[in-house]
Amino acid sequence: MFGWVFLGILVILIIWVIGMYNNMVTLQNQVQNGWQQIDVQLKRRHDLIPNLLNTVKGAMEFERETLSRVIEARARAVGAQTVSGKGEAENMLTQALGRLFALVENYPDLKSNQNILQFQEELTSTENRIGFARQFYNDIVAQFNIKRGVFPSNIIAALFGFKAGEYFQTEEAAKEVPKVDLSLK
Amino acid sequence: MTDIYSQQRRNRRLTIVLIAAFFIILGILGFAIDSYTFGTLKTTGLPVATLIAVSLAGINGFAAYFYGDNVVLFSLRAQPLQFENPLHKKLHNVVTEMALASGLPMPKIYVIPDPAPNAFATGRDPQHAVVGVTEGLLETMNREELQAVIAHEMGHIKNQDILLMTVVTVLVGTIVLLSDWALRAWRYGGIRTRRGSKSKGMHPVMLLIIVLFALLAPLLSRIIAMTVSRQREYLADASSSEFTRNPLSLASALEKIAGASSPVKNAHKGTAHLFISDPLQRKLDNKEGLFADVMSTHPPIEKRIERLRRMAYIYERTT
Repeated sequence: MFGWVFLGILVILIIWVIGMYNNMVTLQNQVQNGWQQIDVQLKRRHDLIPNLLNTVKGAMEFERETLSRVIEARARAVGAQTVSGKGEAENMLTQALGRLFALVENYPDLKSNQNILQFQEELTSTENRIGFARQFYNDIVAQFNIKRGVFPSNIIAALFGFKAGEYFQTEEAAKEVPKVDLSLK
Repeated sequence: MTDIYSQQRRNRRLTIVLIAAFFIILGILGFAIDSYTFGTLKTTGLPVATLIAVSLAGINGFAAYFYGDNVVLFSLRAQPLQFENPLHKKLHNVVTEMALASGLPMPKIYVIPDPAPNAFATGRDPQHAVVGVTEGLLETMNREELQAVIAHEMGHIKNQDILLMTVVTVLVGTIVLLSDWALRAWRYGGIRTRRGSKSKGMHPVMLLIIVLFALLAPLLSRIIAMTVSRQREYLADASSSEFTRNPLSLASALEKIAGASSPVKNAHKGTAHLFISDPLQRKLDNKEGLFADVMSTHPPIEKRIERLRRMAYIYERTT
């Protein structure tokens, strides 16, 4: 009798461990997947820049410094390896591009150039995509890290050596989810 | 308090109930025809009309589940995107951004050539989802407002509202069609008897069926409203601000939509509940109270804007 009860508890325990482990693996995969989404968008931005520079190069000869800063920032962003290193390099690139587009405003024929407008739309969208992919990634990382830290799932995390997810930081303060009021009144 | 998971469960349950109810209605109808009119049940032992009616319900349910989005797109005359058009390109970009923000796969995108600003979502699940907007929406909204509207539609996809809303559209559409047909038969039959032609008027059972269907029609808008409910729109508004982190852009988008005077041309009672804001601009939407809550498909737009503003206020204070 005692043996059966013991066996029953053991079986339930094993099922619980399996469930919890799978749950954490799923979350970890989501974290990795979220990071890949960011990476795809970063690459998209890196690919857009050479074409953009070719379009503005002729008209903006006197803005050598700004142009070379964009090139430099891009090269550094492409070379960055770690999550935090990428965050930093991408911030520099964002700033350099911001300065470039601020200068474009001074060139009336560039400002109304259909190609430039198209680039601006594509770059805006890419910046947004990076931002939203980062937002989603950080939310998932937070979910994963909480699961990893709280009892009893932290036992599983320690047992199987789940590493904490790393946040993708940028200049602006990480935005929080707004509180939601759903009552019908 | 409604959260996404209880909303998803509720949606699945309602979809099953709805399809079951549809089977039962058509089954009863077929059985009524069998037992009284043709007498096939007695002579052959086979309930022919019941079988026909039930298989009709089956085909219809199947079509609603797998091809509901096509039915909706066809009835709204929706067109696929044209990438040469910069506005369409921008729409594609914005939808991509919101797919990333919500963590959902990229939905298919369609455009309705109509000047009234509005948007809708349809489909079966996040893997087979469709987002549609009117040309008017693309022309009147700025980038952030467009983002907020698309985020609202992505909210409907994430909350799994789309399957239920699409199944409602197709099944209710079928019954409206049948009841329309029944009413026409009634009128036609009435004329025949008055003329005193050879036929001895309508068979009482056929008359009963026709009256039944004629009565069903006005009930339908009520059924739509009850399954769709205002809560769903509020929840999608909340999802929108969760994705964009910017409740005020949806508020100003809704203001612009409310300010536009013309209704959407190809929308009708059967598809109205799919849209972000009532495309028919019915007066009931602006009313409150139990009656309006049960009968209307959309909450008053001012109420939605007020809630979004409050959300933005709380959000400001916590960050």
